Amino acid sequence: MLDSSFYAKTDEILSKYPAQERSLIPIIHEIQETWNYIPVELLSYVADKIGITETKAYSVASFYERFSFEAKGKYIIRVCDGTACHVRQSVPVLERLRSDLGLSEKKHTTDDMLFTVETVSCLGACGLAPAMMVNDTVHPAMTPDKATALIKELKEEAANS
Amino acid sequence: MGIMKIDGYPVEFTDEPNILSVIRKAGIDLPTLCYHSELSIYGACRLCNVEDDRGRVFASCSERPRDGMNIKTNTPRLVHYRRMIIELLLASHDRDCTSCVKSGDCDLQKLAHRLGVASVSYPAHKGEHPIDFSSPSIIRNPNKCILCGDCVRVCEGLQGVNAIDFTRRGTYATVAPAFDKALAKTDCVNCGQCRVVCPTGAISINTNIRPVWEALSDPNVKVFAQVAPAVRVAVSQAFGGERGENVMGKIVAALHRLGFDEVYDTTFGADMTILEESKEFLEIFEKGGPFPLLTSCCPAWVSFCEKRWPEFVPNISTSYSPIQMLGSVAREYFADPAKNEGKKILSVGIMPCTAKKAEILRENLKRDGKQNVDYVLTTEELITMIKRAGIQFDRLESEAADMPFGMGSGGGVIFGNSGGVMEAALRTLCEGPERSAIEELRHSGVRGPGPLREFIFHYKGNEIKAAVVSGLAEADRLLRAIKSGEKFFHFVEVMACRRGCIMGGGQPTHAGVRTKEARKRGLYDSDVNTQIKKSNENPTALSIYQTLIKGREHELLHSHSH
Repeated sequence: MLDSSFYAKTDEILSKYPAQERSLIPIIHEIQETWNYIPVELLSYVADKIGITETKAYSVASFYERFSFEAKGKYIIRVCDGTACHVRQSVPVLERLRSDLGLSEKKHTTDDMLFTVETVSCLGACGLAPAMMVNDTVHPAMTPDKATALIKELKEEAANS
Repeated sequence: MGIMKIDGYPVEFTDEPNILSVIRKAGIDLPTLCYHSELSIYGACRLCNVEDDRGRVFASCSERPRDGMNIKTNTPRLVHYRRMIIELLLASHDRDCTSCVKSGDCDLQKLAHRLGVASVSYPAHKGEHPIDFSSPSIIRNPNKCILCGDCVRVCEGLQGVNAIDFTRRGTYATVAPAFDKALAKTDCVNCGQCRVVCPTGAISINTNIRPVWEALSDPNVKVFAQVAPAVRVAVSQAFGGERGENVMGKIVAALHRLGFDEVYDTTFGADMTILEESKEFLEIFEKGGPFPLLTSCCPAWVSFCEKRWPEFVPNISTSYSPIQMLGSVAREYFADPAKNEGKKILSVGIMPCTAKKAEILRENLKRDGKQNVDYVLTTEELITMIKRAGIQFDRLESEAADMPFGMGSGGGVIFGNSGGVMEAALRTLCEGPERSAIEELRHSGVRGPGPLREFIFHYKGNEIKAAVVSGLAEADRLLRAIKSGEKFFHFVEVMACRRGCIMGGGQPTHAGVRTKEARKRGLYDSDVNTQIKKSNENPTALSIYQTLIKGREHELLHSHSH
């Protein structure tokens, strides 16, 4: 059960859109932006408010990779695995990040909720390959060692904040 | 309107919605896995692909017929495509066919044979999805799903429930409830229409054959069955007989041979339902409300009402459904040591319905914590049992159902058709010369095509506004109109399945237009051939009011809270 602040914020988001089926995607986009993921209770709540079934809402939301139903870490690292990044060795970067953080193909988020590591199909930054993003910042020309250094830096930043 | 050529032969078309219908009318059975005329057109399976004279290949289900078209249905290219589609489907399909319940009746299997798919050229990559056994009515096995979407469209479009839908996408796509919940935790009402349209074994009946069979072979258990009206017109075809033929006599004979000690007729229970429900209606009618009274026979409808329209739940009749009526009364009957002979009693309902499997478990239908009916077997399960026992059904001599619950009126037997409950209830209110009054009611609008029928019945100088609706999406629209005040009725019959129980979720599948019509006719003809037309003139039902249930009608024949 989520605490009432989640619903209060969701009501605020809902008030910006007409209570119609077509409002679903913009609403859940805002929810995802707010909490970095979509709490399942909120998806059902939104579905009810805009008059669709939760099955339909889940069908739409689960279609898009971008929407997540699992809580994510403070730093979301998206490693590009598009063609250009792949041939310029993005996989070793990804593997280093996973081994440094104790993550795997199945486990995306660290237990301390600090880091989430995902792959994306293309960041559109092929000239900077291999590229990755940490939240909204692009990091170009990555190497495994640069990745290790970056993780260390982010950990210190988190500890000091 | 126009003429088109199909494989070189001119074919006239009128109002066919798509080229596929014209092709089938012309006598060519073009294969499909995702096309059902009552559902929206989806165009997913691509098996109905045809070629025009410009060499264009397209799905004939989603293209309108045009004058002068020249369509080929069977070119080498099309045959190659179709075979490839089947191979691709088979590559990601759980191909454990020999032990699949759907084997022999599976559309995918039939098409693979028909199209001559001798081997699959693609590596198998079936997923390992858990099987969902949570529902008492149906089993969902996603490993056998081919993503045709038939179940999704029937659940959402026809039933307005949307318990399942496509989730994820690409190779990860599945049909599932929201958040991969168990079906029993969703808004599923157990109607079973998804399993009726499922071309494979991905959705099947949750069978209770085994425990019933065990009881039948146990000398210390007395097992009795009751057979619902719609079952008797849906069995014959499975044994090479006429579609829609009433074979109640043979069903009774088969059940006796299977070891059932007594076989009763749910038509008796239907008469009891009518006796109680019409009493209830007259009380409300004279009192002036609350309207409308909603029928209670259909468990999928009751469940839908509870989940989607809780404000209408108090309007649902408290009278038991026919299976519960007979179950409850028979329980009293067998409580007598002279009748039970010191044995344990097992009560089995043979039903056209998957939702009845859930209904018998409902807490508000239990008495002293015990179910009125122990197991429900669907028509499909009955056919399976007869076949498994090796009984040559077509060679059976008919037998009569056993007394004291083996006799029903014509009103009781038409319960299986949409409109039947309403007609039986209003028959008891008919005044004047019986034959003409019943005939007049028949033509009042209570019968007829279409999922919604509204009509007026005259009773003692008053007008009774009545409606008959089948299909839950249609019922949903009707309730919306009633709530908004746009429509008003005194009495509404709701059945979850289109056309009523004859097309229930437990009935044999692949029923086309002719079979649907024949089942309906079968029940109406049985009414014609029954001497007693009105439920309130069934002498056996009336006599138990004086004996078995005297003074306990409310306790034994009504649910106490919905």
